[in-house]
Amino acid sequence: MTDSVSVRRWSSVSIITVVGLVGIIAILAFGPLFLGEYWTSRITTLFIYVILAVMWNALAGYAGLVSVGQQAFFGLGAYVVVRLSDGGIPVYPAIALAPVIVAVLALVLSPLALRLRGGEFAIGMWVFAELSHLLVNLDSLIQGETGRSLLAISAFAPDVRRANNYWFALGAMTIFLALVFVLLRSRAGASVQAIRDNEEAAASVGVRVMSTKRIIFVLAAAGCAAAGALTLSTLITFQPKTFFSVQWTAYMIFMTLVGGLGTFEGPIVGAVVFFIVESLFGGSGVWYLVTLGATALVFSLWVPRGIWGTLSARSGLQLMPIGYRLVFGDKRAAEENAQA
Amino acid sequence: MIDQIVQGVLLGGYYALVACGLSFMYGVMRIINLAHGSLAILAAFLVWYIAEHLGVSPFIALLIVVPIMAALGWILQRTVLDRSLRSGPLTPLLSTFGIAIIIDNLLFERFGADTRSLAPDIGDLSYKSWTLPGGVTVGQLGLLTLGTAVVLIVGLQLFLKYAPLGRAIRATAEDPDTAELMGINSRSVYAAAAAIALATVAIAGAFLGMRSTFDAYSGGAQLIFAFEAVVIGGTGSLWGTLLGAIALGVAQNLGAQVNPRGFLIAGHLLFFCVLAVRFFAAGGFSLGWLKALRPRQPA
Repeated sequence: MTDSVSVRRWSSVSIITVVGLVGIIAILAFGPLFLGEYWTSRITTLFIYVILAVMWNALAGYAGLVSVGQQAFFGLGAYVVVRLSDGGIPVYPAIALAPVIVAVLALVLSPLALRLRGGEFAIGMWVFAELSHLLVNLDSLIQGETGRSLLAISAFAPDVRRANNYWFALGAMTIFLALVFVLLRSRAGASVQAIRDNEEAAASVGVRVMSTKRIIFVLAAAGCAAAGALTLSTLITFQPKTFFSVQWTAYMIFMTLVGGLGTFEGPIVGAVVFFIVESLFGGSGVWYLVTLGATALVFSLWVPRGIWGTLSARSGLQLMPIGYRLVFGDKRAAEENAQA
Repeated sequence: MIDQIVQGVLLGGYYALVACGLSFMYGVMRIINLAHGSLAILAAFLVWYIAEHLGVSPFIALLIVVPIMAALGWILQRTVLDRSLRSGPLTPLLSTFGIAIIIDNLLFERFGADTRSLAPDIGDLSYKSWTLPGGVTVGQLGLLTLGTAVVLIVGLQLFLKYAPLGRAIRATAEDPDTAELMGINSRSVYAAAAAIALATVAIAGAFLGMRSTFDAYSGGAQLIFAFEAVVIGGTGSLWGTLLGAIALGVAQNLGAQVNPRGFLIAGHLLFFCVLAVRFFAAGGFSLGWLKALRPRQPA
């Protein structure tokens, strides 16, 4: 029985990784106590980038939906916070509520949006983002491009605010990572990957294409809304032009492509790379953006699996137990199977 | 009201110009080129640059820019699009989006944030108009734009129907593998199609520059207008694209009547209305869970 084959999900590496990840998040939770002003706000930004990258990857890498309009949900998330806060809801509960409200909106939009295929979906979402931007501008509270400050958050002392933002961003990142992790391990996770690989074939073997895509679409909208709400908490001023800029989606695409499209770990790697690049080059300037575009182009054509996907394919290393793997001739597994 | 509709139709002429290259490329290669709008702005800047530095009319400059853009289309197809077409349906979107970012920012680097226009270079054509009975004014430039769009679309249709290359393009669009068996080199055909598409983009860019202002980051808006025209008109037909473009122009002008800021909103709303019609025409909510909620029919 030594040449028996067993199917495994967890490996010792993945157990160590998951435990390690939980440990890292636990340590990060104490961040504001030892990081200092500058790094507390920088790491908050990193958390937001991770959320954005993971959400865009869930959409494109797992459901096969390339969107150039995720800034719609990003901007709406921030806008909802401004609105709720103006309506008298305390600012941090408003930030927590914004993704939920935007998710409901995405659910309403989903029947129309998900009917679009490929490039149609990509630009269709961009049109939705433009429309959202224009409609938000009509709101007298926002006063067009002038925007509106989140005055309620100024009531907190700067260091309290900084720590709160940090914890909220860390919490949101953890929740969305966990949601994607659970989703991908579930039946829906197998479905989305089947849809991405071949939608017709998936439908023919009984995968409920629409409802699976819808879950991912709504989840990605909620994630981007959370990122938008959190970004507002750090910037304080809501300027529609900034928040509904297509640049946010460009960042998401860059992070996902560089890290590795269609892998769980890839977008996290991509977000860290993007964060480092931005920290080094100041995150502005024309040549910086040209380089981002060129890098995205090069990765999409020549390194389609990204950094993580390439490493993982070379070494067979899989940190997070998302998929299944075959283990050949493993005695212990064979014994376990025999006992079972 | 009538005046607004007429102006909308004329505006639709420009949208048809910018949309026909997108529609053509989508029809042939199934690629939605996300750099389409940025390429139109690139063409507008090229025309502006040549007109400014050689002191020639934009129409003469266009004679130089059309072959440049066509060559660029050929190169783009051979270097980027061929490769991305082979690596699955998502890659062309990602790579052309990367190209759009590169073009936008390089234009910004070279030409800065100033808005430009070709209107000063075409003399009184930019504002001359005829007045129709009923007080409706028809701008000469608008009419020329619409006329160019119609001629271009008729020309493309005739070309696809009768020219040997046009037939090869249609055959390749239908089924590239079978076309290869018939002795058609599909890669060359694709490259030729991309060259044709970008030649139309050059014309669109020049007319954009003549009828309004543009800057380095205007590409995204042009892509969206072109795309809306294609979807509203029904994908895969150049005549549909012309009609969609005119519908878009009319909707925008009527929207501007309702609210000064309604111009763009009305266009986007029309787009979503067309999607909704398409959605319900295709059966609407065909969700399993709705069926499950229905009371069971007695056997």
